[in-house]
Amino acid sequence: MAQNKIGKQTLHFPSTPIITSWASVVGPMEGKGPLGEKYDLVLTDTLAGEKTWEKAEQKMMQFSIELALEKRNLLPKDLDFYLAGDLLNQITCANFTARFLNTPFLGLYGACSTFAEGLCMAGVLLEGGVAEKVGVSASSHHDTAEKQFRTPTELGDQRPMTAQWTVTGSASIIIEKTGTGIILTHATIGKIIDLGNSNAQDLGSAMAPAAFDTLKTHFEDLGRNENDYDLIVTGDLGLLGHGILKELLKEKGISPDRFNDCGIMVYSPEQDTHCGGSGCGCSGVVLTAHLIERLLSGYYHRILFIGTGALLSPLTSLQGETIPCIAHAVVLESRGE
Amino acid sequence: MMLLKAFILGGLICVIGQLLMDLTPFNITPAHILVGYVTTGAVLSGLGLYQPLVDWGGAGATVPLSGFGHSLAQGAIEGVKSKGLLGALGGGLQATSIGVAVAIVFGLFFATFARPKG
Repeated sequence: MAQNKIGKQTLHFPSTPIITSWASVVGPMEGKGPLGEKYDLVLTDTLAGEKTWEKAEQKMMQFSIELALEKRNLLPKDLDFYLAGDLLNQITCANFTARFLNTPFLGLYGACSTFAEGLCMAGVLLEGGVAEKVGVSASSHHDTAEKQFRTPTELGDQRPMTAQWTVTGSASIIIEKTGTGIILTHATIGKIIDLGNSNAQDLGSAMAPAAFDTLKTHFEDLGRNENDYDLIVTGDLGLLGHGILKELLKEKGISPDRFNDCGIMVYSPEQDTHCGGSGCGCSGVVLTAHLIERLLSGYYHRILFIGTGALLSPLTSLQGETIPCIAHAVVLESRGE
Repeated sequence: MMLLKAFILGGLICVIGQLLMDLTPFNITPAHILVGYVTTGAVLSGLGLYQPLVDWGGAGATVPLSGFGHSLAQGAIEGVKSKGLLGALGGGLQATSIGVAVAIVFGLFFATFARPKG
């Protein structure tokens, strides 16, 4: 029996890895959102002085990890590992950011669950005693993601009301063995859930069952329920997906009161994004700019952060395949009393 | 008067496309509408049903995508008349060649001098 595994899918980190530093960099639209003042850096335009949006996204990721390192007075060489991912082909931004860091690097792809996946893997590396300091980054960009998964924004295609707006933003954190900050106590690794949705313009509905499956398993594995958390927050289900998750919860007799979604929190309704935000950056920037601060201030003591990812590829979309979805959950606690 | 008629007909053609996307239970994308409209325009034109719309609504019928299908079909018919059956293959392209070339030239022009804003 694996020593630190509880139940079917949950990992326990008894050494409590600590998130000691974090940073978020976002685009202008996110800067105008409800959390606008909390981000470390808001870009004035989506190109960030670069020639292409892909270069701009890579720059954002680099900014965010550099800021996170700087806040803690660390250099890239101080990191034992760097884990990063994004939404582009061959996780371009992560690879090109790692090119500048000169640190042992593991690329991650979990679509929009990448940030949560990174937290899980960082926890494993620290708990396993093979690292003392690990950096994690994830990024997304509205214009690069539309080009990657749907059609280039220059084409001016109409977005259906089920669509979500990919967040232009990147988040990074430093997790360490010792220090002060937020502790990581458990992680639940998700399974692929595919209920046959094939609409790439409605990912929230496709991902909600995956979030529900991971949540249910998490509760069963740890013998906990929704009242053990001050907040249970999903990554980017958006308005539609969040509604579906609430329905699924009610069916199981779970009260949805303490649930929220980063995709709903990141934009205000006036910003007309249709179903809210999405993307690797979405859950990342909301966690680093908003939720971690609330844990630090004692507003929350323990939260469950569930990154949700739709693992479609542009090719499978065109071939009419359904969308495999995944959700990874991590438990974050303020050190407190 | 012609302006009003063009507005009404062109608007109606576009409203049908919008309703097809919004009210049908299938996942209809703008790409489906594009291909569907060109094909429908060509079929209607071949059956002689599209020319009356052009006569009534002018640019309201020729500017939407179905008008492109109409040009393709009429070009093919003309091609057959002047060059025999093989003309059906080239006629459509000949009739639409100016429009296509204009799209390429202007596309290149704007791609060179403007930058997409997203």
